[in-house]
Amino acid sequence: MGQINLGTYAQNTWCPGCGNFAILNAIKSVLNDLCAEGLLLENVVLVSGIGCHAKIVDYINVNSFYSIHGRAVPAAEGIKLADPKLKVIGFAGDGDAYGEGIEHLIFAAKRNIDITMIIHNNRVYGLTTGQYTPTSPLGFRGRSTPRGTSELPINPLEVMLASGATYLARGTSHGIELLKNIFKEAILHKGFSLVDVLQVCVTYFNMYEYYDKHAYELKDHNSGDYLQALNKIREWDYNKESPIALGTLYKNQATIFEERFISPKTEVKEIDTKIKAILSEAR
Amino acid sequence: MIDFSILIGGKAGFGIDKSGSIIGRLLNQLGYRVFIYRDYPSIIRGGHTFSIIRAHESKIAAYQDKVDFVIALNQETLDLHKSRLKKECFYIFDSDQLKLDAGQACGIGAPLGKILKEENAPEIMRNSCIIGALAKAIGIDFGILENVLKKEFSKEVELNIKVARRGFDEAKELIKIESLKQEILPLVSGNEAVALGLIKGGLSAFIAYPMTPTSPVLHYLAEVADNFLLDVIHPESEISVILMALGFSYIGRKVAVGTSGGGFCLMTEGLSFAAMAELPVVIILGQRPGPSTGLPTYSAQTELSFALSAGQGEFTRFIAAPGDAEEAYYWSAVSMNVSWKYQIPSIILTDKNLGESVSNFDINSVDEIKEEKPILWDGKSPYKRYAFTENGVSPLAFVPAKDAIVKINSYEHDESGITTEDPELSRLMQEKRLRKKEFLIEDLEALGLVKVYGNKDAQVSLVCWGSNKGVCIEVAQKMGLRLIQPLVIEPFPIKQFNAALSGVNKIILVECNATAQLAGLLKGYGINADSLILKYDGRPFSLEELEKKISEVLIWVR
Repeated sequence: MGQINLGTYAQNTWCPGCGNFAILNAIKSVLNDLCAEGLLLENVVLVSGIGCHAKIVDYINVNSFYSIHGRAVPAAEGIKLADPKLKVIGFAGDGDAYGEGIEHLIFAAKRNIDITMIIHNNRVYGLTTGQYTPTSPLGFRGRSTPRGTSELPINPLEVMLASGATYLARGTSHGIELLKNIFKEAILHKGFSLVDVLQVCVTYFNMYEYYDKHAYELKDHNSGDYLQALNKIREWDYNKESPIALGTLYKNQATIFEERFISPKTEVKEIDTKIKAILSEAR
Repeated sequence: MIDFSILIGGKAGFGIDKSGSIIGRLLNQLGYRVFIYRDYPSIIRGGHTFSIIRAHESKIAAYQDKVDFVIALNQETLDLHKSRLKKECFYIFDSDQLKLDAGQACGIGAPLGKILKEENAPEIMRNSCIIGALAKAIGIDFGILENVLKKEFSKEVELNIKVARRGFDEAKELIKIESLKQEILPLVSGNEAVALGLIKGGLSAFIAYPMTPTSPVLHYLAEVADNFLLDVIHPESEISVILMALGFSYIGRKVAVGTSGGGFCLMTEGLSFAAMAELPVVIILGQRPGPSTGLPTYSAQTELSFALSAGQGEFTRFIAAPGDAEEAYYWSAVSMNVSWKYQIPSIILTDKNLGESVSNFDINSVDEIKEEKPILWDGKSPYKRYAFTENGVSPLAFVPAKDAIVKINSYEHDESGITTEDPELSRLMQEKRLRKKEFLIEDLEALGLVKVYGNKDAQVSLVCWGSNKGVCIEVAQKMGLRLIQPLVIEPFPIKQFNAALSGVNKIILVECNATAQLAGLLKGYGINADSLILKYDGRPFSLEELEKKISEVLIWVR
């Protein structure tokens, strides 16, 4: 089967060297793979928030929902609940998903709703020109914190594990093959999946060298073991210098929200008769 | 003319609300038109709560201060409300709880505690017992009460009936309420009418975070979800509510959300997104006294201006302000149609007085609701979600569509939904979205957007909106005044409003807010109110209160 051209006429406006290119190329490749394996492209919906990451939906010729800042997740959930057969893949930045909209992420994980969130975690606000985010290291000097931040970053994967996510993985924008593997695994996973991509912002927080030095791919890791997953997730706290595990950190099967929730969808007949019956009972 | 009111009161947690609805149903069985006003604090236990059940020969939607009977489940009720009684001794009390002085001893005392103990019944059944006493006092056959109790209770029906019988036997007949020979109409709350109207309009999903006074819409729709194949969802916040709803809308599922002012504040960014993305959504906005948390369980008309201007940017929206249960039903259905036909957000303004009051609902008096289909893509030309058209409405395609890629965007976008910052395209898109309004105005003209009541030739006219309709109609009729009520707030039906004003030389505006928000809106159309009657203590106008206020202003208005 030939490759589907997933490009659009939109002009790409990411900076040269931006880590977003790796995510774009990886997701296009995964979508092509999945289509070759029988996925219908019309059943795919891409959702994004607002930020540099979000332009990705303009660059892929697939159904998309370009949402507002911090609100990719609830839109993705609504789409999934409205039609559970759809593959809903959300993209969000770290400011977007771990900052302004973190409550949605926690609740989506808690519900174990079958959507995939890919987080472009560059640990800096790019589109608003260089402020700290929830995952910036302590002391980060940004335009809103010229003397350095005075707060520690959160470990988003630890938050997600505690909230009930059933698939968690991490990649970097310097490892496109790994990104392809974990994106595909995340999309095929039944339940809430999240991939934290340490995606580098070359303009405001160039971490290529740092990640190249510290990141390593997981081997002999039992991703089905909650405590092992927790230990690996805690190995690096997004602040101190320590090894950074990449790959599938946690994977578990659990009942998804839609199975418990969704009512059968057929055309409702005789609405007027039913309303009249209700009214007649109310006399 | 029979006009009869009963007040039942006690502490929150006593079951006053349920009792109010049983008494309402009892009077309804006799063919009366009923209105139930509910007054309760924002607490679950303790605090004074009461309901006034009013029965009348013709349809009503207002309460009176004066009542014919007080049913007191505690001393406080008698202390607070005895002065409302038209006849001194027409009250029923729990003689086990209220120790009246010898000189005070009148009314009907029923030893509820003793009866319950003897029947081994739980304390909550004091209600059934005292309602039994009421039935006797107002001359209603026990059989009628028995039937009502059977309908109202799903468990312990027999015990409730037994306890009610004991109360009935304790009391004496003070008056005889004759039954009327007219059709018995259903009793519904405004919130239920909204819910049924949304269903009539094709509702397929309802999403809400609980907030008084619209939580009952959520509860009701969750209850009937299976019957109408609805998805009813209660997510983590109102922000999630509106965003999830837009997700449903994108897939072509007709969706509505419900909230109050505070929740609506959280929704406004999503509201603006709905407008930009041209995703239809209906918002039930139950107003209440503010600012901020305000008086959560009381009533006000505070959000007219807010609803008009909420959300960043400029866009077309539809706002309806129904005044009673039938209008709540009608405009909820119409809003759904309008939203989908024009791909715009609709807001239905309600409040506690409309939403939580119970009144008779006559579906035969509701104007015809035409089923409207949204404009769909013909499947031929390459699909463009935001294609330019004469009326600004682009044909819809829903995911999954085999040959259409549907791209929604919160940024300014081109016809295909791809982000743009092009000045010409930006101008055209803004005009496309705003152009819908002209066509919507034309379309709406066929509907009754402004209603006139009372003395339609009178030169002095009351103007009101929303839940003040009921009280204003009665007062206008009694005082020989005209009453004009706009049902649609945006696009404001100026043509029909001016027609309704024909021959009017004095306008008295009645609103339940402190800044006369409708008056402000009318001013923009060159219509100035001569007098304002405003109430902002959380309680709707009683008939007496409004009549008195109008009499005062009439002196100098005339």
